[in-house]
Amino acid sequence: MATYDGLFDTLGLRAWCDKGADNAPMSMADLLAKAKGGSDAGSSLWDTPFPSLDALHNACQAIPQSRALTRGLEAGFLDIRDALRVVIDPLTQPLSWALNDMLWVMTQTPWWIIMPALLVITWFVTRSWRIIGLVAVILALLAFVDHYNAAMETLAIIFVCAFVCVIIGVPIGIAMSRSDRLQRTVIPILDMLQTLPPFVYLIPLIFLFSVTEPKLYGIAIILYAIVPVVRLTDLGIRLVDRDVIEAADAFGMTSRQKLFGVQIPLALPNIMAGVNQTIMMSLAMVVIASLVSAPGLGVLVLRGIRNLELGVGLIAGFGIVVLAIALDRVTKASLARIDASQASR
Amino acid sequence: MENNNKTADPSGEIKVSIRHLYKIFGENPQAMMDDVKAGMGKSELLETKGHVLGLNDINVDIRSGKITVIMGLSGSGKSTLIRHLNRLIEPTAGEVLFDGEDILGWNEAKLRDLRRKHMSMVFQKFALLPHRTVLENAAMALDTRGIARKQYEAEANKWLDRVGLGGYGEQYPHQLSGGMQQRVGIARALASNSEIMLMDEAFSALDPLIRTDMQNLLLELQNELHKTVVFITHDLDEALKLADHLVILKDGRVVQQGEPQYILLHPNDPYIEDFVADINRARVLRVRSVMTKGEPSGNFSGDIDHDDNLESVIGAAEGSLDKRYRVMRDGKPVGTLEMPEIMRALVPRIQEE
Repeated sequence: MATYDGLFDTLGLRAWCDKGADNAPMSMADLLAKAKGGSDAGSSLWDTPFPSLDALHNACQAIPQSRALTRGLEAGFLDIRDALRVVIDPLTQPLSWALNDMLWVMTQTPWWIIMPALLVITWFVTRSWRIIGLVAVILALLAFVDHYNAAMETLAIIFVCAFVCVIIGVPIGIAMSRSDRLQRTVIPILDMLQTLPPFVYLIPLIFLFSVTEPKLYGIAIILYAIVPVVRLTDLGIRLVDRDVIEAADAFGMTSRQKLFGVQIPLALPNIMAGVNQTIMMSLAMVVIASLVSAPGLGVLVLRGIRNLELGVGLIAGFGIVVLAIALDRVTKASLARIDASQASR
Repeated sequence: MENNNKTADPSGEIKVSIRHLYKIFGENPQAMMDDVKAGMGKSELLETKGHVLGLNDINVDIRSGKITVIMGLSGSGKSTLIRHLNRLIEPTAGEVLFDGEDILGWNEAKLRDLRRKHMSMVFQKFALLPHRTVLENAAMALDTRGIARKQYEAEANKWLDRVGLGGYGEQYPHQLSGGMQQRVGIARALASNSEIMLMDEAFSALDPLIRTDMQNLLLELQNELHKTVVFITHDLDEALKLADHLVILKDGRVVQQGEPQYILLHPNDPYIEDFVADINRARVLRVRSVMTKGEPSGNFSGDIDHDDNLESVIGAAEGSLDKRYRVMRDGKPVGTLEMPEIMRALVPRIQEE
């Protein structure tokens, strides 16, 4: 005797309910109830359950149980999986190649080429000896404690993913800044991407791709890290002084001249701030992505958790922190350089 | 009220002509046109229909080679009006004729050509590109036309020199003071070599001394270049100093337009009388507006130029009221001026009812 029996009886739905009666496997709760010997549900007002799917199912077999929902979702996803794969697999294949190649380059090239090369890049971006010194010390430190390879793998993944984020994110941001309607549709998606717990990204991706493919974690990182660059590009272009835009119009600039000659250069500080955030977020995600076989420092952190190897986990975690500091300082310094060249009026 | 179309000096062909221009801001401006044409005013339209009447039946002729000043207080629609000349704002109804052709029918490419080659603009807040050097800013119009840096450099430098900024070409705008930035703005407009210059409160953001400098610079350039200038201001002194033709706007309507001296001596509306009451008339009024025309005869205390202001005549007369002057124009006598006439002109018009 279930709580809501009376409801269906008074509504005259009893026949419909019983017709739908099936011999679906019992839930654990049912089994337990049976084992306890007879149901005493609904005996008091205090114990009245919320009319949930499961509670209603007890009274009326025609109503599905909650587990049908999760199972339905799963079945639905599995049904479209093959079709989805046909489209997404070739589209994302270059990402796998890029990640593989970058990982190969960063780990197979001898350290005495890679480390100077990274310092030269730092020089071009920042033009600051202090930052170069900082980067050199951090790289040397990581190499000294034999975390060089893991650090290079992490860097390789971040370089590729942040680059893809910029390549995709900046045009999306530009498009958003030019169309209010597009902005209204994209912003909720960005909000969702930003608030979904990072682990949740991994679930559908695991079903779509095999865990051995680098693009699995590549996509997860890109989805998570692309948000700030899109947002700040859109914001940056919208914040460009309207008087300047009007002047550009008054002198007969085409919209292309306006975009590349005025809007993007003036939005560049904001866009660069977005790139900085994107790099930091991909660093955060690359650790989580080690759950799905992303190599690098994250794997060591994961090992520390799984095997309770405190020292391994802490050193790898510390390595991530110093890497984050290096990346942040380098991108901030380049941002400051852009700011200085046009300065606020 | 009838627009007063008495233009004292009709020389110069009409370059741009604004005909029955209306601009209404709001959800459905077209639907408001009937009410506005039936005579509904700005405040009434706002209260009953929730639309803002920006411009109401504007008719102005802008003459080639002259400075047309559009004056009004804030909210009078003057900035809206100037943006109709190059269609930065689309009107609700009316015509803007450029060399007799209605630019409202033009497509984007033709309009762009107009903005690139025929009309340049100077802005109240300068609106320079902060990421480009002064030279690149001055050459903005040329660069927009696709002219390479090598070719435009000399031209842009010439105009920077002309506005007194020689040697500043490699600086960035934020390194310059406000007055210098606006000089770049003027050089930018001049370098485009367009015949029309639209100046939207160009000097309003500058402090008074620099403003006077810039006004003198503009007059000096104008003497040499004879551009067709449309100048927006809320400052009557500035308007009277610069204008060949003065248009006074109030609540989106033209209250009076004409030669500034004429408006000063014959204001046709209490609003304008209030406006001109505070003006130093001796400095603004010129001999030619108050003299008695005709071949001079009799005795003279001396010669004065027709363009002298009354202040200098009073100074020359050393305050005495019995002097009589011969007025000269280009070395020829054109009229006489007696001191009592000056005194009468200095007092605002007494109501003639």
